[in-house]
Amino acid sequence: MISHFLKLEWKQFFRSAAFGKSIGIKILMGFFGLYLIAMFLFMGIGAFYGLKKFFPEQDPFVLVNAFLLYAIIGDLIFRYLMQQLPVMHIQPFLTLPIHKNNIVHYVLLKSSFSFFNVMGLFFYIPFSLVLIKEGYAVPGVLGWCALIILLIQSVNFLNFLINKNKTAFGVLLVLLIGFFVTQQYQLFDLPGTFGKGFDFVYRDPIYSLLGLVLLLVLYQLNFKQLRSLVYLDEAVSQKVKEANTADLSWIEKFGDVAPFIKNDIRLIWRNKRTKTVFLMSFLFLFYGLIFYTMDAYKDSLPMLMFASLFVTGGFTLNYGQFIPAWDSAHYKMLMSQSFRYRKFLESKWFLMVAMTTLLYILSFPYLYFGTDIFLMITAGAIFNIGFNSLFLLYAGSFNRKRIDLTKGGLGNTQGTSATQFLIIIPLMLFPMLLFWFFDKFIGYNSGFVVVAATGIMSFLLKNYAMNFIEKKYIKDKYAMINAFGKES
Amino acid sequence: MITIDSISKTYGKAVVLNVETITIPKGQSFGLVGNNGAGKTTLFNILLDLIRPTTGKITNNNVEVNTSEDWKNFTGSFIDESFLIGYLTPEEYFEFVGDLRGMNKADVATFIAKFDVFFNDEIIGKKKYLRDLSKGNQKKAGIVAALMGNPQVVVLDEPFANLDPTTQIRLKKILKELTDNKEITLLVSSHDLSHVTEVCDRIVVLDKGIVVKDIETSAATLKELESYFSA
Repeated sequence: MISHFLKLEWKQFFRSAAFGKSIGIKILMGFFGLYLIAMFLFMGIGAFYGLKKFFPEQDPFVLVNAFLLYAIIGDLIFRYLMQQLPVMHIQPFLTLPIHKNNIVHYVLLKSSFSFFNVMGLFFYIPFSLVLIKEGYAVPGVLGWCALIILLIQSVNFLNFLINKNKTAFGVLLVLLIGFFVTQQYQLFDLPGTFGKGFDFVYRDPIYSLLGLVLLLVLYQLNFKQLRSLVYLDEAVSQKVKEANTADLSWIEKFGDVAPFIKNDIRLIWRNKRTKTVFLMSFLFLFYGLIFYTMDAYKDSLPMLMFASLFVTGGFTLNYGQFIPAWDSAHYKMLMSQSFRYRKFLESKWFLMVAMTTLLYILSFPYLYFGTDIFLMITAGAIFNIGFNSLFLLYAGSFNRKRIDLTKGGLGNTQGTSATQFLIIIPLMLFPMLLFWFFDKFIGYNSGFVVVAATGIMSFLLKNYAMNFIEKKYIKDKYAMINAFGKES
Repeated sequence: MITIDSISKTYGKAVVLNVETITIPKGQSFGLVGNNGAGKTTLFNILLDLIRPTTGKITNNNVEVNTSEDWKNFTGSFIDESFLIGYLTPEEYFEFVGDLRGMNKADVATFIAKFDVFFNDEIIGKKKYLRDLSKGNQKKAGIVAALMGNPQVVVLDEPFANLDPTTQIRLKKILKELTDNKEITLLVSSHDLSHVTEVCDRIVVLDKGIVVKDIETSAATLKELESYFSA
């Protein structure tokens, strides 16, 4: 049975319409994965000797144990934010002669092999091997290592429970707060006690079986929860939300681009992913805080310029780079309606400019860091409005990947292709370079002036640029219709 | 008047459509019939300039569809659910299409009111997004949107599929009335032989991209089609 499912997964991966085109991203992600593995391996081997060197008085093994509670809690928080629940397209299997229990077991087992579970092993296993080499008792180390693996798996299943179940999440939150309170007021040395538990397991490896009991209990709870969901009305059909129909008639002031702007506002507000992009752009406002407060960047003006572009550019960058893929699901329909393509593009442009302006106004508190920083943000905002929004519209004509708006928000890379990586160069590096060049060779203020002037120039040339962009979109119309029609 | 002139479409070596000439005079209701893969949707997509033909051209009221976009002003169409904007409510969708077709809010409201019976209380005022409607109800919304703004040409791909029996009958009535005064050219494709024969003056049968029959509808047409497809 499992082999059937595995075969299907394999085919799903290799036969997805986007496979050929996104191979570049997969390779890139692969390299990133390899890099992480290498880092973990390196840390796993080096941790013992490193700790010995810095803390010659203490046993490195005991030190690591004392930190395990933090590692596990950190792991859980990280997973809660990042790890997606195991999903499988179960509809086709429901009516086939397959036990529903098997489907659930498969989905759960699959999650056991997720990236998050495997990564840790690249640290703990080499670390255990080093321990054995350094003369620690073999059964003890094996028991310890087994317990860690069991705990990682338990965290995996615990995460799914708290993700799905509000009570479990609440209980965990209370426990975490309790933990921090005990730490804060030093009521009780929880990590130390927890670490002693691990020392104890090392001495008496048989107790690592407790981890197995915990894992089985959590697995069982997950199983029960998922098993009750293996019905069409539960797992497949999402709850139908009542439409929120805010009155947007005030937009009609904007003339013939108004229908598209109205549509885009609804697009942004009613879909998870676009909503995430929208809300994220306000988080980007704080990007500057990281750079402006760090001494390391004080003297590196181009880096500060880079940060300043992000402060006001969050929306333009994140929304703009996927134009017109946001409309991919109904692109055919748009193409059979009578309107000038220009209107469609103008509305997107208008939206980017309006949002950048809003973000710029919200960035006024940065005056606190001095006029230089604020001038930089101003230059960045002008550049975002003038150059970046037009450039992103142009770059959008290279988008060939469908975005399914009903799929989730954060961490969703659907629609991402090499285009997204390539456009970063002119968007970000070009103004940095401009700034650096003029700042270095001509003088301080010329940096701002040139970046802002480029923005203003582009803004003045908008009509010419738009003509050019419109032509490009019309030329690529068929290729886009074809690509957007394919399921990714 | 629509002229289809030696249109063909090939993907690699496979010829999916190869039509010599079809002339559809103004006011005709034209039915396209054929098994799966016969090329019906491909022909409609070429007519709407959504895909490019390999050879030939289509003119829609003297506008060559892939050189000018003027045909869009007088052509309404519904091909499939991808013509709907999932995150809008039906009302907002009608308003959007109405905007593009030069109708104001009041025009849209009057127009939509005419379809109350057809909608059967399942579309308007339901506070649901189009993506959350059933297939049949999505189709109803799409078909009505295709009729907005006084189109001269209406193109509907498989309009009867997914509709309940009552709505099928109501749709037939609407389509027949549409071409009553011979002003509007209607193009529909269907798998349901009895529906097309009832609605259309003329029926063209496609098989593997080639026109195999071109019949003026008469009392004998349904029998003729049935015997053709059962052979």
